[in-house]
Amino acid sequence: MDVVSQLQRQFIDYSASLHREGFVDDQFTQLQKLQDENSPDFVVEVASLFFEDCEKLINNMARALEQQQGVDFKQVDASVHQLKGSSSSIGAMRVKNVCINFRSFCEAQNREGCLRCLQQVTHEYSLLKSKLQTLFRLEQQLLAAGGSIK
Amino acid sequence: MARNGAVTWRRRTEKIDGFDLSPTDSEEVYRCVDDSHVDRKVIERLLRIPLARVTAVDSGRRALQFLGLDEEKNSNGLDGLKVDLIITDYCMPGMTGYELLKKIKESSAFREIPVVIMSSENVLARIDRCLEEGAEDFIVKPVKLSDVKRIKDYMTREFRVGEGERGGGINKRKLRDSCDLSSSPPSTLSSSPVSPASSLSSQSPSPTPSILSASAPCSPSSLDSPTRRLKMTSSE
Repeated sequence: MDVVSQLQRQFIDYSASLHREGFVDDQFTQLQKLQDENSPDFVVEVASLFFEDCEKLINNMARALEQQQGVDFKQVDASVHQLKGSSSSIGAMRVKNVCINFRSFCEAQNREGCLRCLQQVTHEYSLLKSKLQTLFRLEQQLLAAGGSIK
Repeated sequence: MARNGAVTWRRRTEKIDGFDLSPTDSEEVYRCVDDSHVDRKVIERLLRIPLARVTAVDSGRRALQFLGLDEEKNSNGLDGLKVDLIITDYCMPGMTGYELLKKIKESSAFREIPVVIMSSENVLARIDRCLEEGAEDFIVKPVKLSDVKRIKDYMTREFRVGEGERGGGINKRKLRDSCDLSSSPPSTLSSSPVSPASSLSSQSPSPTPSILSASAPCSPSSLDSPTRRLKMTSSE
């Protein structure tokens, strides 16, 4: 197998595994389809925005949950709602699912539950970030070798 | 699943909120009001497909400013501005998409522009309220390519739609009802009288529509009737 085919195989397999393991869903596939010669870095750009969003929102949640005088669950919920929206738009399924649970705990004003979800969402975000970085690296290698992802 | 979304397109180049748009001659500008960076980028890209121009802003206030409807500015904003569709988030701080919708429908200059509302939450009361107020459609996020294709259909049709009696905006249901009752041929959309106030939309439609899109993050809990709480736990 020549180099391009090998890299292509690697990319496809890795992409498939992300779907299989639930890291991304169909929405992510839609975004990949939107990438073209006019927007060659579209997915990477959206992903970068998403990771920035994640970090900001996770920090907001952590700060709000730390408040000893009394947690403002509405504030936490607002951040979770935003994160849920972003993760849904990019197809970050596992992050989104944690957010769904997270919101229930916010509504129940359950601080322990919220803290657990915060931990989970942080974990899922880190995992996803590293997985997508790998995916993008594979894509770069493939393109550099003269192949294409379509 | 109900769907809504509004995007406005703009003809001229403008720098708004850091979006530097330089349209070609035939391009129109879309305006996208969305507070989420991720959403804004995705929607912008989705709408750019047919060479439409998207202007993205992050609040209802800015959308109104752009349209020249901001009370403080007190201007008409009609100098060369052409907007074919407005897409807006429902949930925004300061001014909700619903409030933005109302303001647009109250404006003689812009009431005929189709307005589409987006929301990450599938709340029937919310959807109904928006449709009653004259929204063209309601999109439950995440916005997909199929949603965008549907929106584009509205824009082609809407150019020929005239005003309702009170000029408060026609929504799909009302239009359908009146069509059923009249004795005109099925394509009544194109035979509706066009009043002077709708001169904006009677300009010859250009190939690429202009979309204005608005959205901003906000706490969802403060905006809805109690029925919303029932929806929170349903799977999404």
